[in-house]
Amino acid sequence: MEPGSDVFQWGHGPPLLSNPLLDQLPSYQSLRYRRRLSSGSSRRKRSVSRQRMGSSSSGRWAGPDTDDLLKTISPQRPVKELPISMSDKRRVWEHHKEQHRDLSSLHQWWLGRQRSFRRFKDDSHELLSALVLWRKDIHVIEGKFGTGIQSYFSFLRFLVVLNLVMFLMLFCFVTLPVIISDYEVANSTMLNVTASFNCTIYPSTVRQGLVLFHQYIIDALSGTGFLEQTYLFYGYYRMDSVHFPTIQYRMPLAYLLTSIACLLLSLFWTVKRSVHGFKLNLIQDEDRFQSFCNKIFAGWDFCITDERAARLKHSSLHYELKTDLDEERIKQKIAHRTRKEICHIYFLRLLLNMFVIGVLGGCFYAIYRATIYSQEYSQTQPQQAQNFIVGLIVEYLPSIVITAANFITPLIFEVVIRYEDYSPAFEIRFTLIRCVFVRLASIGVLLFTLWSQITFCGGESCFCGYNNNLYPCWETRVGQEMYKLAIFDFLIIGAVAVLVEFPRNLIVTHCSCSLAKWFGQQEFSVPQNVLEIVYGQTICWIGSYYSPLIPGISTIKYFIVFYIKKVSLMQNCRPSTRPFRASSSNFFFLAVLLIGLLVACVPVGVTIGHISSSKACGPFMNYNISWDVVPSAVETLPGGARKFFYVISSEAFAVTFFVVVCLVLFYFIALARAHKLVVKQLKDQLHMEGRDKMFLIQQLYKAQKTFKQQQQLRPRTEGSELEQEGMLHPDRDYYRPPSSDVFPEDYMDYNLT
Amino acid sequence: MGNKQTIFTDEQLDAYQDCTFFTRKEILRLHGRYHELAPNLVPMDYTNDPDVKLPLQLIINMPELKENPFKQRIVEAFSEDGQGNLSFNDFVDMFSVLSEMAPRELKAIYAFKIYDFNTDNFICKSDLEQTLNKLTRDELAAEEVNLVCEKAIEEADLDGDGKLAFTDFENMISRAPDFLSTFHIRI
Repeated sequence: MEPGSDVFQWGHGPPLLSNPLLDQLPSYQSLRYRRRLSSGSSRRKRSVSRQRMGSSSSGRWAGPDTDDLLKTISPQRPVKELPISMSDKRRVWEHHKEQHRDLSSLHQWWLGRQRSFRRFKDDSHELLSALVLWRKDIHVIEGKFGTGIQSYFSFLRFLVVLNLVMFLMLFCFVTLPVIISDYEVANSTMLNVTASFNCTIYPSTVRQGLVLFHQYIIDALSGTGFLEQTYLFYGYYRMDSVHFPTIQYRMPLAYLLTSIACLLLSLFWTVKRSVHGFKLNLIQDEDRFQSFCNKIFAGWDFCITDERAARLKHSSLHYELKTDLDEERIKQKIAHRTRKEICHIYFLRLLLNMFVIGVLGGCFYAIYRATIYSQEYSQTQPQQAQNFIVGLIVEYLPSIVITAANFITPLIFEVVIRYEDYSPAFEIRFTLIRCVFVRLASIGVLLFTLWSQITFCGGESCFCGYNNNLYPCWETRVGQEMYKLAIFDFLIIGAVAVLVEFPRNLIVTHCSCSLAKWFGQQEFSVPQNVLEIVYGQTICWIGSYYSPLIPGISTIKYFIVFYIKKVSLMQNCRPSTRPFRASSSNFFFLAVLLIGLLVACVPVGVTIGHISSSKACGPFMNYNISWDVVPSAVETLPGGARKFFYVISSEAFAVTFFVVVCLVLFYFIALARAHKLVVKQLKDQLHMEGRDKMFLIQQLYKAQKTFKQQQQLRPRTEGSELEQEGMLHPDRDYYRPPSSDVFPEDYMDYNLT
Repeated sequence: MGNKQTIFTDEQLDAYQDCTFFTRKEILRLHGRYHELAPNLVPMDYTNDPDVKLPLQLIINMPELKENPFKQRIVEAFSEDGQGNLSFNDFVDMFSVLSEMAPRELKAIYAFKIYDFNTDNFICKSDLEQTLNKLTRDELAAEEVNLVCEKAIEEADLDGDGKLAFTDFENMISRAPDFLSTFHIRI
């Protein structure tokens, strides 16, 4: 704003006189309050010839805006999206219907088809949404706790459906053929063993002799014993092919391709769901999404119907605004830091980060040792001599250590971050990133330990490619570890709900001692819960290759977890004072899920492409690595298809494809950047237009004032041209609209009240 | 659907279905809700479009609106006389705009009307202060309210006049990621 120019000081200008002029502008017309379109009797319902139904019939809802609306109302723009009152909408609808009667019969038929198709879509949409799982439960949760927590439960529902689809795929393509061959419904051939004899020894794992009852329980919970050589694990799928009348169903190929297809399906579905949240982030600025405007205008959750929840929402908004003000203050403080302070802060952060790395290193080492101990114990100890509790604990030792690490490290991180002096929003994000890292890296460490055990043959290279003395069927062993992790995760969720949250609620509600006050009621922390289920889902993805039935187990597990969490939420929890925003949370959940998926792809990829498959069990007994089944399948294809696959797998094609993908990527990045630039330019233009408008209005006001003063000085009998035109009359309220000669016809009916 | 209902004619239901984001079943259910607010005033037979309006007090006591701090403004924004008396048309329109299927632009227009307390087609600082006080139940200190309002106007105001016109508001709403998920009522 240029100083000294009173034209630009529109904020301080006379407000009374700028308003009426502004109200005459078309852009303000659309915001006039909803008035009935005239009294109805003078209105003509049929105005087929003139599109200007708005201005001819309106006494109040005036202006070119209705005209513009009608002009833009074509069948493409639905009536329901117009910002006019319901009775007006119905009139527009009737007007359209009458217009349609004048069209050709073919056109009418086509419009009729369109309308009934739209109806059909609406009805089917309604029917499908009635079939959606847990719709009413999630609605209730939304009403009581808001959309942040509701998004967690929607996410859980998404995982249940995803796991169910994966299970159905694996069941149909992998398990069902084996069942068919077991019950001899169709002709099938089993795999012939071709590897050297030593590698193919796979002793039966069913316990012999007198078996104590508790050993069956240990077996059921850890997948050993009677469960090991069943449909549950990789080792049982030793079929070669099933002979149907027309085709031959190759089992190894099906196993490999279905596992890869499951992972790809999960990837596409998750990306599809996350695209929506991502689109918003691309266009807008990153830092602004927690801005004040967002909190004021989009902060109140209109879905809340419960009084307690409303009260909590009020206090959480209050807390959020206070936090934002604090953050502004901290930003100011950071901007004014001295050099010495900056050095001090960075040194402190370095120290604390090294401490965190040390803690993480300790956790990972503990997991490593626990895994090795657990493996050695179950191999060296004779089966009969195992004590029940000790045996169970040792079997589950890796799971116990991982879960303990996952519980303790967030607490440590929360303490550490307070000393690192970041802004509050960054603190939350950084702690979450660290927690995600711990959760997923612990699975990685476990798998790395297993891998090192499997490929370690006492210092020399392994004869069979893996340690066949300890691990005759190593994929089954990995599958068992994943199975144990999944079961233990489920048991922990249930145990925490029953043994920690319910008693805490009882203590807090019935006992008024200071301990209860210090504890407080349980808060439903959305990020930690999401990390928990993403961790479980990563285990499911990894396990799906080694144990085709794990997705089914996960479906049942998450189904039950939904009800556990819901009951626990309703009974025990109060909404968090630091609520998680629904918009950013959707994107956050799916981003973490994608990271989990990528982490899951690594061990599966290494297994398929690098480690020798077991020679004693499983569908890949006759191949060196699992991936070899694909080239041998391609060999059997007819010439044309074979050539096609050779071309695709050649290096020339891969390089060309990579280059093309890079080009496409760069193009889209450049496009997004150009759009951002255009958006900025348009914003600046808007700013300038606004200032122009204000400038012109001020000039007009000045001109009117000058004219008024001049009129008062002149004798009454002389009339100026302007006065005759009715534009400016000294005695009238000058905001009476001018005559039709000066302004368009549409303003005639305009009435400023 | 399958049952013969005598509340509306088929043509009326067609009109409602095309003019709102609801299906026939939902419109009939809405009529049921409207009727139970005042069973003596609202006729069951709407075939001849009776001119019945329910006062503000009845509407804002509905469970969906009861806890909303802006309930009065919402009902006023959708009423034809600006006083909050809703006919059935306005009632259906209100829930249609607030439903999940309504597009962002339409919701932005009505949100602007709701937050414009003094109905001068601008969201000025006093409107913002009133909004903020309703949101936090007057728990923020006066200078904090002042600071927050100034910051909000600073963020959203494009043409630099110190208050938010509809273009400013719409532009700001398009950048507010939570708007679509919070500005909806399920009925």
